Amino acid sequence: MNNLYGKVFRFGENINTDYIISGKYKFKTLDMKELSQHVMEDIRPDFYKEVEKGDFIVAGENFGCGSSREQAPLVIQAAGIGAVLAQSFARIFFRNAINVGLPVIECDTSDIKEGDELKIDLEGGWVYNVTRDEKIPSVPLPPVMVRILHDGGLAEHLKKEGGFS
Amino acid sequence: MGTISEEILSNHAEEEVRAGQIVISPVDFTMSQDGTTPLTIVAFDKMEGKEFKNPDRYCAVIDHSVPSPLEGVSNLHTKMREFIGEYGGTLYDIGDGVCHQLVPEKGNALPGEVVIGADSHTCTYGALNCFSTGVGSTDLAAALITGKTWFKVPETIKLVYDGQLEKGVFSKDVALYMVGSLTHRGATYKALELSGEVIDSLSVEARMTITNMAVETGAKVGIMRCDEKVDAYLKERAKRPYKGADPSEDAEYERIVEDDLSDLPPMIAKPHEVDNVAEIEELEGMDIDQVFIGTCTNGRLEDLTMAAKILKGEHVAPDVRFIVSPASREIYLKAMESGVMDALVKAGACVTAASCGPCVGTANGIPSDNEVVISTANRNFKGRMGNINSKIYLASPATAAYSAIKGKLSDPREVMA
Repeated sequence: MNNLYGKVFRFGENINTDYIISGKYKFKTLDMKELSQHVMEDIRPDFYKEVEKGDFIVAGENFGCGSSREQAPLVIQAAGIGAVLAQSFARIFFRNAINVGLPVIECDTSDIKEGDELKIDLEGGWVYNVTRDEKIPSVPLPPVMVRILHDGGLAEHLKKEGGFS
Repeated sequence: MGTISEEILSNHAEEEVRAGQIVISPVDFTMSQDGTTPLTIVAFDKMEGKEFKNPDRYCAVIDHSVPSPLEGVSNLHTKMREFIGEYGGTLYDIGDGVCHQLVPEKGNALPGEVVIGADSHTCTYGALNCFSTGVGSTDLAAALITGKTWFKVPETIKLVYDGQLEKGVFSKDVALYMVGSLTHRGATYKALELSGEVIDSLSVEARMTITNMAVETGAKVGIMRCDEKVDAYLKERAKRPYKGADPSEDAEYERIVEDDLSDLPPMIAKPHEVDNVAEIEELEGMDIDQVFIGTCTNGRLEDLTMAAKILKGEHVAPDVRFIVSPASREIYLKAMESGVMDALVKAGACVTAASCGPCVGTANGIPSDNEVVISTANRNFKGRMGNINSKIYLASPATAAYSAIKGKLSDPREVMA
Protein backbone atom coordinates (compact mmCIF):
# COMPACT_ATOMS: atom_id res chain seq x y z
CA MET A 1 0.00 0.00 0.00
CA ASN A 2 2.94 2.26 -0.62
CA ASN A 3 1.41 4.23 -3.46
CA LEU A 4 -2.10 5.55 -3.17
CA TYR A 5 -4.19 7.32 -5.81
CA GLY A 6 -7.61 8.92 -5.45
CA LYS A 7 -9.71 12.03 -5.38
CA VAL A 8 -10.23 14.46 -2.55
CA PHE A 9 -13.20 15.06 -0.29
CA ARG A 10 -12.49 18.30 1.47
CA PHE A 11 -13.45 18.92 5.10
CA GLY A 12 -12.77 21.84 7.44
CA GLU A 13 -11.12 22.26 10.82
CA ASN A 14 -11.72 20.33 14.06
CA ILE A 15 -13.62 17.41 12.57
CA ASN A 16 -14.46 15.57 15.79
CA THR A 17 -15.15 11.87 16.32
CA ASP A 18 -18.87 12.57 16.94
CA TYR A 19 -19.04 13.90 13.36
CA ILE A 20 -17.05 10.96 11.99
CA ILE A 21 -19.40 8.48 13.63
CA SER A 22 -22.12 9.64 15.97
CA GLY A 23 -22.28 8.19 19.49
CA LYS A 24 -25.90 7.21 18.90
CA TYR A 25 -24.84 4.59 16.33
CA LYS A 26 -21.52 3.29 17.53
CA PHE A 27 -22.79 1.53 20.62
CA LYS A 28 -25.17 -0.62 18.61
CA THR A 29 -23.04 -2.88 16.49
CA LEU A 30 -19.56 -4.07 15.59
CA ASP A 31 -20.45 -4.21 11.89
CA MET A 32 -18.23 -1.44 10.52
CA LYS A 33 -19.71 -1.76 7.04
CA GLU A 34 -23.13 -0.96 8.47
CA LEU A 35 -21.75 1.87 10.63
CA SER A 36 -19.85 3.31 7.65
CA GLN A 37 -23.17 4.32 6.08
CA HIS A 38 -23.31 6.99 8.78
CA VAL A 39 -19.75 8.27 8.37
CA MET A 40 -19.72 12.11 8.53
CA GLU A 41 -23.52 12.16 8.17
CA ASP A 42 -24.12 15.04 10.60
CA ILE A 43 -21.91 17.39 8.57
CA ARG A 44 -22.10 15.85 5.07
CA PRO A 45 -25.19 13.65 4.58
CA ASP A 46 -24.78 10.85 2.03
CA PHE A 47 -20.99 11.15 2.12
CA TYR A 48 -20.60 7.38 2.09
CA LYS A 49 -22.53 7.14 -1.19
CA GLU A 50 -20.15 9.57 -2.89
CA VAL A 51 -16.92 7.83 -1.89
CA GLU A 52 -15.16 5.54 -4.31
CA LYS A 53 -12.62 3.07 -3.02
CA GLY A 54 -9.25 4.72 -2.50
CA ASP A 55 -10.50 8.31 -2.20
CA PHE A 56 -9.04 10.65 0.38
CA ILE A 57 -10.40 12.76 3.20
CA VAL A 58 -8.49 16.05 3.39
CA ALA A 59 -9.02 18.37 6.34
CA GLY A 60 -7.57 21.29 8.27
CA GLU A 61 -6.29 21.36 11.84
CA ASN A 62 -7.12 18.93 14.65
CA PHE A 63 -8.78 16.13 12.69
CA GLY A 64 -10.32 13.45 14.93
CA CYS A 65 -10.58 15.45 18.14
CA GLY A 66 -12.95 14.24 20.82
CA SER A 67 -13.52 10.70 21.92
CA SER A 68 -11.23 7.67 21.87
CA ARG A 69 -13.66 5.61 19.78
CA GLU A 70 -11.71 3.39 17.43
CA GLN A 71 -14.88 3.12 15.38
CA ALA A 72 -13.82 6.51 13.93
CA PRO A 73 -10.82 5.29 11.88
CA LEU A 74 -12.53 1.93 11.31
CA VAL A 75 -15.63 3.42 9.65
CA ILE A 76 -13.47 5.68 7.50
CA GLN A 77 -11.56 2.59 6.41
CA ALA A 78 -14.78 0.59 5.89
CA ALA A 79 -16.20 3.41 3.74
CA GLY A 80 -13.28 2.82 1.36
CA ILE A 81 -11.17 5.87 2.18
CA GLY A 82 -7.51 5.21 1.36
CA ALA A 83 -5.95 7.81 3.65
CA VAL A 84 -6.74 10.89 5.72
CA LEU A 85 -4.62 13.99 5.19
CA ALA A 86 -4.77 16.90 7.63
CA GLN A 87 -2.86 19.92 8.75
CA SER A 88 -2.79 18.28 12.20
CA PHE A 89 -4.46 15.39 14.03
CA ALA A 90 -5.80 14.88 17.55
CA ARG A 91 -3.52 12.40 19.28
CA ILE A 92 -5.86 9.51 20.15
CA PHE A 93 -7.34 9.42 16.64
CA PHE A 94 -3.86 9.50 15.11
CA ARG A 95 -2.71 6.55 17.23
CA ASN A 96 -5.90 4.59 16.59
CA ALA A 97 -5.63 5.10 12.83
CA ILE A 98 -2.07 3.73 12.75
CA ASN A 99 -3.09 0.86 15.05
CA VAL A 100 -5.83 -0.25 12.66
CA GLY A 101 -3.69 0.33 9.56
CA LEU A 102 -5.39 3.46 8.17
CA PRO A 103 -2.73 5.78 6.70
CA VAL A 104 -2.87 9.26 8.24
CA ILE A 105 -0.72 11.96 6.73
CA GLU A 106 0.18 15.21 8.42
CA CYS A 107 1.01 17.80 5.76
CA ASP A 108 0.17 21.28 4.52
CA THR A 109 -3.34 20.77 3.16
CA SER A 110 -4.15 24.45 2.59
CA ASP A 111 -3.89 24.26 -1.21
CA ILE A 112 -5.73 20.97 -1.65
CA LYS A 113 -9.27 21.43 -2.95
CA GLU A 114 -12.41 19.31 -3.25
CA GLY A 115 -12.14 16.98 -6.23
CA ASP A 116 -8.35 17.28 -6.66
CA GLU A 117 -6.58 14.08 -7.58
CA LEU A 118 -3.68 13.05 -5.38
CA LYS A 119 -0.92 10.52 -5.59
CA ILE A 120 0.66 9.59 -2.27
CA ASP A 121 3.99 7.86 -1.66
CA LEU A 122 3.85 6.70 1.95
CA GLU A 123 7.43 5.48 2.22
CA GLY A 124 8.83 8.44 0.30
CA GLY A 125 6.96 10.89 2.57
CA TRP A 126 5.28 13.07 -0.02
CA VAL A 127 1.92 13.88 -1.55
CA TYR A 128 1.66 14.83 -5.22
CA ASN A 129 -1.36 16.95 -6.20
CA VAL A 130 -1.90 15.77 -9.78
CA THR A 131 -4.60 18.39 -10.47
CA ARG A 132 -2.41 21.32 -9.40
CA ASP A 133 1.00 19.83 -10.19
CA GLU A 134 2.26 20.42 -6.66
CA LYS A 135 4.46 18.20 -4.50
CA ILE A 136 3.78 18.46 -0.76
CA PRO A 137 6.16 16.95 1.83
CA SER A 138 4.58 15.09 4.76
CA VAL A 139 5.64 15.06 8.43
CA PRO A 140 7.51 11.79 9.15
CA LEU A 141 6.02 9.32 11.67
CA PRO A 142 7.90 8.28 14.83
CA PRO A 143 9.83 5.03 14.14
CA VAL A 144 7.54 2.93 16.39
CA MET A 145 4.55 4.00 14.30
CA VAL A 146 6.34 3.27 11.04
CA ARG A 147 6.96 -0.29 12.27
CA ILE A 148 3.31 -0.72 13.34
CA LEU A 149 1.94 0.64 10.05
CA HIS A 150 4.44 -1.43 8.08
CA ASP A 151 3.21 -4.60 9.80
CA GLY A 152 -0.41 -3.68 8.97
CA GLY A 153 -1.48 -2.46 12.41
CA LEU A 154 -0.71 -3.09 16.07
CA ALA A 155 -2.34 -6.54 16.21
CA GLU A 156 -0.13 -7.88 13.42
CA HIS A 157 2.89 -6.06 14.85
CA LEU A 158 2.47 -7.68 18.27
CA LYS A 159 1.94 -11.12 16.78
CA LYS A 160 5.12 -10.72 14.77
CA GLU A 161 7.26 -9.22 17.54
CA GLY A 162 5.71 -11.09 20.46
CA GLY A 163 5.47 -7.85 22.46
CA PHE A 164 6.61 -4.24 22.43
CA SER A 165 10.21 -3.92 21.32
CA MET B 1 14.69 15.28 37.13
CA GLY B 2 11.85 16.88 35.16
CA THR B 3 8.17 17.70 34.92
CA ILE B 4 5.64 15.47 36.72
CA SER B 5 5.05 13.56 33.48
CA GLU B 6 8.77 13.08 32.84
CA GLU B 7 9.29 11.92 36.43
CA ILE B 8 6.50 9.34 36.24
CA LEU B 9 7.52 8.02 32.83
CA SER B 10 11.20 7.89 33.85
CA ASN B 11 10.28 5.86 36.94
CA HIS B 12 8.27 3.47 34.80
CA ALA B 13 10.78 3.13 31.97
CA GLU B 14 13.62 2.79 34.52
CA GLU B 15 15.69 5.36 32.67
CA GLU B 16 15.78 9.15 32.63
CA VAL B 17 13.53 10.25 29.81
CA ARG B 18 12.71 13.69 28.45
CA ALA B 19 10.01 15.24 26.28
CA GLY B 20 10.15 13.92 22.72
CA GLN B 21 11.57 10.49 23.58
CA ILE B 22 9.61 7.31 22.98
CA VAL B 23 9.21 5.03 26.01
CA ILE B 24 7.81 1.58 26.57
CA SER B 25 6.08 1.81 29.94
CA PRO B 26 4.44 -0.73 32.22
CA VAL B 27 0.79 0.15 32.82
CA ASP B 28 -0.54 0.12 36.39
CA PHE B 29 -4.23 0.00 35.57
CA THR B 30 -6.43 -0.31 32.48
CA MET B 31 -10.08 0.46 31.85
CA SER B 32 -12.58 0.26 29.01
CA GLN B 33 -16.28 1.09 28.76
CA ASP B 34 -19.25 -0.26 26.83
CA GLY B 35 -18.53 1.84 23.75
CA THR B 36 -14.92 0.64 23.52
CA THR B 37 -14.77 -2.81 25.13
CA PRO B 38 -16.44 -4.65 22.21
CA LEU B 39 -13.65 -3.50 19.87
CA THR B 40 -11.09 -4.29 22.58
CA ILE B 41 -12.39 -7.87 22.48
CA VAL B 42 -12.06 -7.93 18.68
CA ALA B 43 -8.47 -6.65 18.94
CA PHE B 44 -7.65 -9.08 21.77
CA ASP B 45 -8.81 -11.99 19.59
CA LYS B 46 -6.98 -10.66 16.55
CA MET B 47 -3.78 -10.50 18.63
CA GLU B 48 -4.48 -14.11 19.62
CA GLY B 49 -4.56 -13.07 23.28
CA LYS B 50 -4.64 -16.02 25.67
CA GLU B 51 -4.81 -14.23 29.03
CA PHE B 52 -4.55 -10.88 30.73
CA LYS B 53 -1.08 -10.07 31.99
CA ASN B 54 -2.57 -8.51 35.17
CA PRO B 55 -6.26 -9.39 35.53
CA ASP B 56 -6.55 -7.52 38.84
CA ARG B 57 -5.47 -4.34 37.06
CA TYR B 58 -8.35 -4.13 34.57
CA CYS B 59 -11.96 -3.10 34.78
CA ALA B 60 -14.69 -2.93 32.16
CA VAL B 61 -17.52 -0.52 32.87
CA ILE B 62 -21.03 -0.53 31.42
CA ASP B 63 -21.88 3.14 31.77
CA HIS B 64 -22.71 4.73 28.42
CA SER B 65 -25.93 2.94 27.48
CA VAL B 66 -27.56 2.20 30.84
CA PRO B 67 -29.85 0.33 31.09
CA SER B 68 -29.54 -0.90 27.51
CA PRO B 69 -32.06 0.85 25.27
CA LEU B 70 -31.56 -1.42 22.22
CA GLU B 71 -31.10 -5.10 21.49
CA GLY B 72 -27.83 -4.46 19.61
CA VAL B 73 -26.43 -2.75 22.70
CA SER B 74 -27.68 -5.56 24.95
CA ASN B 75 -25.82 -8.12 22.86
CA LEU B 76 -22.58 -6.11 23.13
CA HIS B 77 -23.06 -5.78 26.90
CA THR B 78 -23.39 -9.56 27.10
CA LYS B 79 -20.15 -9.95 25.14
CA MET B 80 -18.42 -7.73 27.74
CA ARG B 81 -19.74 -9.80 30.63
CA GLU B 82 -18.56 -12.99 28.91
CA PHE B 83 -15.11 -11.49 28.23
CA ILE B 84 -14.60 -10.62 31.90
CA GLY B 85 -16.07 -13.99 32.91
CA GLU B 86 -13.54 -15.81 30.77
CA TYR B 87 -10.35 -13.81 31.32
CA GLY B 88 -10.80 -12.05 34.68
CA GLY B 89 -10.78 -8.37 35.54
CA THR B 90 -13.59 -6.51 37.25
CA LEU B 91 -16.92 -5.77 35.62
CA TYR B 92 -18.93 -2.78 36.75
CA ASP B 93 -22.42 -3.39 35.46
CA ILE B 94 -25.40 -1.08 34.92
CA GLY B 95 -26.03 1.33 37.77
CA ASP B 96 -22.55 1.03 39.28
CA GLY B 97 -21.47 4.35 37.82
CA VAL B 98 -19.35 6.21 35.29
CA CYS B 99 -15.91 4.75 34.56
CA HIS B 100 -14.06 7.96 35.47
CA GLN B 101 -15.70 8.05 38.86
CA LEU B 102 -15.30 4.34 39.55
CA VAL B 103 -11.57 4.06 38.77
CA PRO B 104 -10.51 6.74 41.29
CA GLU B 105 -13.30 5.93 43.77
CA LYS B 106 -12.18 2.29 43.95
CA GLY B 107 -8.58 3.39 44.46
CA ASN B 108 -7.25 2.17 41.13
CA ALA B 109 -5.62 5.37 39.86
CA LEU B 110 -2.85 6.38 42.23
CA PRO B 111 -0.18 9.07 42.50
CA GLY B 112 2.89 8.31 40.43
CA GLU B 113 1.12 5.62 38.40
CA VAL B 114 0.52 5.18 34.68
CA VAL B 115 -3.08 4.39 33.75
CA ILE B 116 -4.64 4.04 30.32
CA GLY B 117 -8.32 3.82 29.51
CA ALA B 118 -10.25 3.33 26.32
CA ASP B 119 -12.10 6.60 26.81
CA SER B 120 -10.76 10.06 26.06
CA HIS B 121 -11.60 11.45 29.49
CA THR B 122 -9.22 9.03 31.23
CA CYS B 123 -7.08 12.13 31.82
CA THR B 124 -9.41 12.79 34.81
CA TYR B 125 -7.10 10.88 37.21
CA GLY B 126 -4.37 13.49 36.75
CA ALA B 127 -6.00 15.19 39.74
CA LEU B 128 -4.56 12.27 41.72
CA ASN B 129 -1.05 12.84 40.33
CA CYS B 130 -1.56 9.90 37.99
CA PHE B 131 -0.24 9.93 34.42
CA SER B 132 -3.51 8.81 32.87
CA THR B 133 -4.61 9.11 29.28
CA GLY B 134 -7.17 7.89 26.78
CA VAL B 135 -6.30 5.34 24.12
CA GLY B 136 -8.24 3.32 21.58
CA SER B 137 -9.39 -0.26 21.88
CA THR B 138 -6.38 -1.77 20.07
CA ASP B 139 -3.88 -0.04 22.36
CA LEU B 140 -5.92 -1.21 25.33
CA ALA B 141 -5.98 -4.83 24.12
CA ALA B 142 -2.20 -4.71 23.64
CA ALA B 143 -1.80 -3.47 27.23
CA LEU B 144 -4.07 -6.23 28.54
CA ILE B 145 -1.87 -8.84 26.89
CA THR B 146 1.59 -7.33 27.49
CA GLY B 147 1.02 -5.15 30.58
CA LYS B 148 2.71 -2.35 28.66
CA THR B 149 2.19 0.44 26.19
CA TRP B 150 4.30 3.01 24.36
CA PHE B 151 4.26 6.77 24.78
CA LYS B 152 5.97 9.75 23.30
CA VAL B 153 7.00 11.69 26.41
CA PRO B 154 4.97 14.91 26.18
CA GLU B 155 6.22 18.44 26.48
CA THR B 156 4.50 20.22 29.36
CA ILE B 157 2.61 23.49 29.57
CA LYS B 158 2.57 24.66 33.18
CA LEU B 159 -0.62 26.46 34.21
CA VAL B 160 -0.48 28.38 37.49
CA TYR B 161 -3.92 29.53 38.65
CA ASP B 162 -3.62 31.90 41.59
CA GLY B 163 -6.12 34.05 43.48
CA GLN B 164 -9.37 33.12 45.16
CA LEU B 165 -12.52 32.15 43.28
CA GLU B 166 -15.54 34.32 43.89
CA LYS B 167 -18.58 32.70 45.57
CA GLY B 168 -20.69 31.16 42.82
CA VAL B 169 -17.63 30.40 40.70
CA PHE B 170 -16.43 26.79 40.64
CA SER B 171 -13.86 24.42 39.21
CA LYS B 172 -16.07 23.94 36.13
CA ASP B 173 -15.72 27.63 35.39
CA VAL B 174 -11.94 27.27 35.75
CA ALA B 175 -12.01 24.28 33.37
CA LEU B 176 -14.01 26.20 30.76
CA TYR B 177 -11.69 29.17 31.15
CA MET B 178 -8.71 26.85 30.62
CA VAL B 179 -10.16 25.34 27.43
CA GLY B 180 -11.17 28.77 26.15
CA SER B 181 -7.73 30.25 26.72
CA LEU B 182 -5.74 27.31 25.34
CA THR B 183 -8.29 26.53 22.56
CA HIS B 184 -9.36 23.03 21.60
CA ARG B 185 -6.06 22.22 19.99
CA GLY B 186 -3.69 24.45 21.93
CA ALA B 187 -2.16 21.57 23.89
CA THR B 188 -2.37 18.71 21.37
CA TYR B 189 0.13 15.93 22.25
CA LYS B 190 1.19 17.90 25.35
CA ALA B 191 0.83 17.58 29.10
CA LEU B 192 -0.82 20.23 31.23
CA GLU B 193 0.61 20.60 34.73
CA LEU B 194 -1.73 22.57 36.97
CA SER B 195 -0.90 24.31 40.24
CA GLY B 196 -1.47 27.54 42.16
CA GLU B 197 -3.67 28.85 44.96
CA VAL B 198 -6.91 28.06 43.15
CA ILE B 199 -5.96 24.43 42.58
CA ASP B 200 -4.72 24.09 46.19
CA SER B 201 -8.03 25.43 47.50
CA LEU B 202 -10.18 22.92 45.58
CA SER B 203 -11.27 19.50 46.80
CA VAL B 204 -10.01 16.43 44.92
CA GLU B 205 -13.50 16.03 43.39
CA ALA B 206 -13.43 19.59 42.10
CA ARG B 207 -9.90 19.14 40.74
CA MET B 208 -11.10 16.15 38.72
CA THR B 209 -13.53 18.44 36.89
CA ILE B 210 -10.51 20.37 35.58
CA THR B 211 -8.26 17.44 34.70
CA ASN B 212 -11.27 15.74 33.07
CA MET B 213 -11.40 18.56 30.55
CA ALA B 214 -7.67 18.58 29.75
CA VAL B 215 -8.40 16.52 26.63
CA GLU B 216 -10.65 19.30 25.37
CA THR B 217 -7.45 21.28 24.76
CA GLY B 218 -5.98 18.31 22.89
CA ALA B 219 -3.73 17.43 25.84
CA LYS B 220 -2.52 13.91 26.60
CA VAL B 221 -2.72 14.45 30.35
CA GLY B 222 -3.73 17.14 32.83
CA ILE B 223 -1.76 16.49 35.98
CA MET B 224 -1.47 17.94 39.47
CA ARG B 225 0.78 17.35 42.48
CA CYS B 226 0.00 14.88 45.22
CA ASP B 227 -0.87 16.79 48.39
CA GLU B 228 -2.54 16.01 51.74
CA LYS B 229 -5.99 16.30 50.13
CA VAL B 230 -5.09 13.56 47.66
CA ASP B 231 -3.72 11.38 50.47
CA ALA B 232 -6.92 11.93 52.48
CA TYR B 233 -9.09 11.05 49.46
CA LEU B 234 -7.14 7.84 48.94
CA LYS B 235 -6.74 6.84 52.58
CA GLU B 236 -9.61 4.33 52.63
CA ARG B 237 -9.55 3.72 48.87
CA ALA B 238 -6.02 3.04 47.56
CA LYS B 239 -5.70 -0.53 46.31
CA ARG B 240 -1.91 -0.41 46.45
CA PRO B 241 0.86 1.56 48.15
CA TYR B 242 1.89 4.58 46.10
CA LYS B 243 4.50 7.28 45.86
CA GLY B 244 3.62 10.67 44.38
CA ALA B 245 5.80 12.40 41.79
CA ASP B 246 6.83 16.03 42.12
CA PRO B 247 8.32 18.17 39.38
CA SER B 248 11.97 19.03 39.97
CA GLU B 249 13.10 22.62 40.51
CA ASP B 250 14.90 22.63 37.19
CA ALA B 251 12.07 21.05 35.17
CA GLU B 252 11.81 22.44 31.66
CA TYR B 253 8.42 23.59 30.44
CA GLU B 254 7.30 24.40 26.93
CA ARG B 255 5.79 27.49 28.53
CA ILE B 256 4.46 28.70 31.87
CA VAL B 257 1.14 30.54 31.97
CA GLU B 258 0.27 32.41 35.16
CA ASP B 259 -3.25 33.69 35.78
CA ASP B 260 -5.07 35.29 38.68
CA LEU B 261 -8.63 33.98 38.65
CA SER B 262 -10.06 36.17 41.45
CA ASP B 263 -12.21 38.04 38.93
CA LEU B 264 -13.30 34.98 36.95
CA PRO B 265 -17.09 35.01 36.42
CA PRO B 266 -19.20 31.89 35.77
CA MET B 267 -18.31 30.63 32.28
CA ILE B 268 -20.38 29.02 29.54
CA ALA B 269 -19.24 27.03 26.48
CA LYS B 270 -21.52 27.86 23.57
CA PRO B 271 -22.46 25.53 20.72
CA HIS B 272 -20.84 23.66 19.04
CA GLU B 273 -17.26 23.74 20.38
CA VAL B 274 -15.95 23.48 23.92
CA ASP B 275 -13.50 26.35 23.43
CA ASN B 276 -16.30 28.68 22.30
CA VAL B 277 -16.53 30.11 25.82
CA ALA B 278 -18.25 33.24 27.06
CA GLU B 279 -18.71 34.99 30.38
CA ILE B 280 -22.21 34.36 31.71
CA GLU B 281 -23.21 37.99 31.28
CA GLU B 282 -23.24 37.59 27.49
CA LEU B 283 -25.95 34.92 27.61
CA GLU B 284 -27.93 35.71 30.74
CA GLY B 285 -31.69 35.48 30.21
CA MET B 286 -31.50 32.99 27.33
CA ASP B 287 -34.52 30.63 27.34
CA ILE B 288 -33.72 27.01 28.10
CA ASP B 289 -35.60 23.72 27.65
CA GLN B 290 -33.54 21.07 29.42
CA VAL B 291 -31.02 21.07 32.25
CA PHE B 292 -28.70 18.12 32.81
CA ILE B 293 -26.50 17.66 35.88
CA GLY B 294 -24.19 14.67 35.83
CA THR B 295 -21.28 13.03 33.90
CA CYS B 296 -17.62 12.32 34.61
CA THR B 297 -17.12 16.08 34.70
CA ASN B 298 -19.78 17.10 37.22
CA GLY B 299 -21.82 14.18 38.55
CA ARG B 300 -19.96 13.94 41.86
CA LEU B 301 -21.38 14.33 45.37
CA GLU B 302 -20.12 17.89 45.73
CA ASP B 303 -21.86 18.81 42.44
CA LEU B 304 -25.18 17.27 43.43
CA THR B 305 -24.91 18.83 46.88
CA MET B 306 -24.36 22.29 45.40
CA ALA B 307 -27.34 21.83 43.07
CA ALA B 308 -29.50 20.67 45.99
CA LYS B 309 -28.45 23.66 48.07
CA ILE B 310 -29.73 25.99 45.34
CA LEU B 311 -32.85 23.94 44.57
CA LYS B 312 -33.94 23.06 48.11
CA GLY B 313 -37.47 24.29 48.69
CA GLU B 314 -37.69 25.52 45.09
CA HIS B 315 -39.06 23.94 41.93
CA VAL B 316 -37.65 24.04 38.42
CA ALA B 317 -39.53 26.29 35.99
CA PRO B 318 -42.65 24.65 34.53
CA ASP B 319 -41.30 24.49 30.97
CA VAL B 320 -37.88 23.09 31.95
CA ARG B 321 -37.01 19.40 32.09
CA PHE B 322 -34.40 18.61 34.73
CA ILE B 323 -32.30 15.43 34.52
CA VAL B 324 -29.81 14.27 37.14
CA SER B 325 -27.35 11.37 36.72
CA PRO B 326 -25.22 10.57 39.79
CA ALA B 327 -21.72 9.50 38.75
CA SER B 328 -21.67 6.36 40.90
CA ARG B 329 -23.73 4.14 43.15
CA GLU B 330 -21.70 5.39 46.15
CA ILE B 331 -22.54 8.98 45.25
CA TYR B 332 -26.20 8.07 44.69
CA LEU B 333 -26.39 6.44 48.13
CA LYS B 334 -24.62 9.30 49.90
CA ALA B 335 -26.90 11.79 48.15
CA MET B 336 -29.90 9.85 49.45
CA GLU B 337 -28.56 9.62 52.99
CA SER B 338 -27.74 13.33 53.17
CA GLY B 339 -31.09 14.55 51.83
CA VAL B 340 -29.53 15.83 48.61
CA MET B 341 -31.53 13.44 46.45
CA ASP B 342 -34.70 14.32 48.33
CA ALA B 343 -34.23 18.02 47.55
CA LEU B 344 -33.46 17.34 43.87
CA VAL B 345 -36.42 15.02 43.32
CA LYS B 346 -38.81 17.39 45.11
CA ALA B 347 -37.50 20.20 42.92
CA GLY B 348 -38.60 18.24 39.85
CA ALA B 349 -35.56 16.16 38.92
CA CYS B 350 -35.86 13.10 36.73
CA VAL B 351 -33.06 10.96 38.16
CA THR B 352 -31.41 8.34 35.92
CA ALA B 353 -29.27 5.39 36.95
CA ALA B 354 -25.70 6.15 38.04
CA SER B 355 -24.27 6.33 34.51
CA CYS B 356 -23.26 8.70 31.70
CA GLY B 357 -26.96 9.55 31.32
CA PRO B 358 -27.85 11.82 28.38
CA CYS B 359 -24.26 13.13 27.86
CA VAL B 360 -23.58 11.41 24.57
CA GLY B 361 -26.99 10.51 23.17
CA THR B 362 -26.60 6.81 23.81
CA ALA B 363 -29.35 6.06 26.26
CA ASN B 364 -31.87 8.75 27.12
CA GLY B 365 -32.66 12.46 27.44
CA ILE B 366 -32.25 13.30 23.75
CA PRO B 367 -33.36 16.90 23.14
CA SER B 368 -35.82 17.73 20.36
CA ASP B 369 -35.21 20.03 17.38
CA ASN B 370 -34.30 23.63 18.26
CA GLU B 371 -34.10 22.92 21.97
CA VAL B 372 -31.55 24.55 24.23
CA VAL B 373 -29.81 22.40 26.84
CA ILE B 374 -27.70 23.52 29.78
CA SER B 375 -25.40 20.62 30.58
CA THR B 376 -22.64 20.07 33.12
CA ALA B 377 -20.87 17.68 30.71
CA ASN B 378 -17.57 18.25 28.93
CA ARG B 379 -18.64 18.33 25.27
CA ASN B 380 -21.18 20.35 23.32
CA PHE B 381 -20.41 19.12 19.79
CA LYS B 382 -23.22 19.33 17.26
CA GLY B 383 -25.38 16.25 17.76
CA ARG B 384 -23.51 15.20 20.89
CA MET B 385 -26.71 14.47 22.84
CA GLY B 386 -28.29 12.71 19.87
CA ASN B 387 -29.91 15.55 17.91
CA ILE B 388 -27.95 17.79 15.51
CA ASN B 389 -30.72 20.40 15.63
CA SER B 390 -30.39 21.09 19.35
CA LYS B 391 -27.95 23.41 21.10
CA ILE B 392 -25.83 22.47 24.10
CA TYR B 393 -24.35 25.02 26.50
CA LEU B 394 -21.86 23.78 29.10
CA ALA B 395 -21.87 25.23 32.62
CA SER B 396 -21.22 24.48 36.29
CA PRO B 397 -23.78 22.58 38.39
CA ALA B 398 -24.60 25.81 40.25
CA THR B 399 -25.29 27.70 37.01
CA ALA B 400 -27.33 24.74 35.75
CA ALA B 401 -29.40 24.43 38.94
CA TYR B 402 -30.14 28.13 39.27
CA SER B 403 -31.01 28.38 35.57
CA ALA B 404 -33.42 25.45 35.98
CA ILE B 405 -35.37 27.40 38.61
CA LYS B 406 -35.48 30.55 36.50
CA GLY B 407 -36.18 28.85 33.17
CA LYS B 408 -33.48 31.07 31.71
CA LEU B 409 -29.71 31.03 31.83
CA SER B 410 -28.97 32.72 35.16
CA ASP B 411 -25.96 33.77 37.20
CA PRO B 412 -25.63 31.66 40.39
CA ARG B 413 -23.75 34.47 42.12
CA GLU B 414 -27.18 36.02 42.72
CA VAL B 415 -27.98 33.30 45.26
CA MET B 416 -24.46 32.49 46.45
CA ALA B 417 -23.33 35.90 47.71
